[in-house]
Amino acid sequence: MIITKPREWERILRNLDEVHARTVFIMGCGQCATVAHTGGETEILEAKTRLEAEGRRVTGWAVGEVACHSGGTRLEARRNSGSIEDADAVLVLSCGAGVQTVADAMSKPVFPGLESVFLGNVVRHGVFEERCQMCGDCVLDLTGGICPVTTCPKGLLNGPCGGMWDGMCEVLTDRECTHVRIQRRLAEQGRVAAHTIVPPKDFSAKLKPGSVNLREGRERGRRKPSAPGGPEGEGGR
Amino acid sequence: MSRLRELLERGEFVVTGEVAPPLGTDMSAMMRSVAVLGPVTDALNVTDNQGATLHLSSLAASRAVLEAGFEPIFQQTCRDRNRLALQSDLLAAATLGLQNVLIVTGDDPRGGDHPQAKGVFDLDSSQLIEIATGMNDGRDMLGREMAGGTDLYIGAAAFPEAEPFDIQSARAIRKIEAGARFFQTQAVMDVERFAQAVEAWRPHGVKVIAGILLLKSPRVIDFINTRLAGLMVPDDLAERIRSAGDPFEESVRLAIEQVRAVREIADGVHIMPLGADEAVVRILEGAGIR
Repeated sequence: MIITKPREWERILRNLDEVHARTVFIMGCGQCATVAHTGGETEILEAKTRLEAEGRRVTGWAVGEVACHSGGTRLEARRNSGSIEDADAVLVLSCGAGVQTVADAMSKPVFPGLESVFLGNVVRHGVFEERCQMCGDCVLDLTGGICPVTTCPKGLLNGPCGGMWDGMCEVLTDRECTHVRIQRRLAEQGRVAAHTIVPPKDFSAKLKPGSVNLREGRERGRRKPSAPGGPEGEGGR
Repeated sequence: MSRLRELLERGEFVVTGEVAPPLGTDMSAMMRSVAVLGPVTDALNVTDNQGATLHLSSLAASRAVLEAGFEPIFQQTCRDRNRLALQSDLLAAATLGLQNVLIVTGDDPRGGDHPQAKGVFDLDSSQLIEIATGMNDGRDMLGREMAGGTDLYIGAAAFPEAEPFDIQSARAIRKIEAGARFFQTQAVMDVERFAQAVEAWRPHGVKVIAGILLLKSPRVIDFINTRLAGLMVPDDLAERIRSAGDPFEESVRLAIEQVRAVREIADGVHIMPLGADEAVVRILEGAGIR
């Protein structure tokens, strides 16, 4: 799921002031931001109370099923068209993908109410950890199912680096070194991959913006049939 | 051919030192260090934004060392440049007449003076060593024939006392297989463990230069133990310096003992005096090397 965290409140107020917004509509998200306790009903009502304490009026609020779903968000906007019409601006408590979907679905100024931070594993309720960066060139086959791109602070494919001490990470000193974990697991599984160098990563697999279109049966965004040296479906560099 | 390489391949015991480029364009302080260390060493490492803090580039400063009549070891970290810039700088090093390169991962920017910087780490040191080896054969990392290759003597960092040793040692061996021909090690604190590491690595075809760090004050020990990655001063050595009437003199004596102890094990010593350049001369004389 996408992990979000509260955004600096003063910045939100400055955003609203920039468009002289005295009335605000608030949108949340029924998926990730609800689970992360940043954009569900509870947090929307908290934001409403704070805005009202600032002397602003909240014309209404809604928690769509999934804020980043275009169709669902357009439907939610139609359902609430009256209170959205009454508002000078819309505050969205969701990830950046949701904010943009909402911004596309209405003509009012739309502002982010959260910071989007990472794709998170739910370790247990309320505890989230980043394990995958969605890099498009998975190395988990070589690294025993532990991602060094994400969980090594330097993102090294081959390690440990010289900062490792007593099996612990140089940067996050309270955490075990990712490469120590990888090598131990590979050794436990009798996998000799431990003795080869993982080759340099193909960062072109993650050129922005990503796009997948199952309807066309191929990736979109193709400007040239195939960029030199790049994977199929990517544009120029 | 690199003089460092010539000496090591001939089986001579080498001495390397290091100088730090300035923050700014005035290299006079660095050149004063070069004037002290150059005559008593076989080669001088020129650090690359050491500790993830901003300094003049190692490339330019290495050239200045060369022009002063000494042999530099150009240091290259993977932290600040992507694969285009790293390859480009290796080519530049060769055209500037630099003959040695030490390839390291680099400290994380979060510990440096620009903590907001993006750590690049497009390549890691093992990968870059492999690429530098290819460039010595006239090929870039894509395997393309270049108009003129490099002839760099490639070195890497190694960590003889890091635990778990088998995992850190396996990485060191992969660096040798990738083309590292000499190691400059993290500061040696435990000679017995250092000897075991040399025994594990040498058969793979690498020369091992032992790091000797001048523990010149209790403050330096505290800094190493709390701030420096990948090294701890053991209690007995720390206590010896702390309880000494003159900690600096004691640290020089300790360094002399360490150089003598590794003399029969290593292929050379790399002395890190933390600014006390004159001590290097005394350490070498004390150990009977110069």
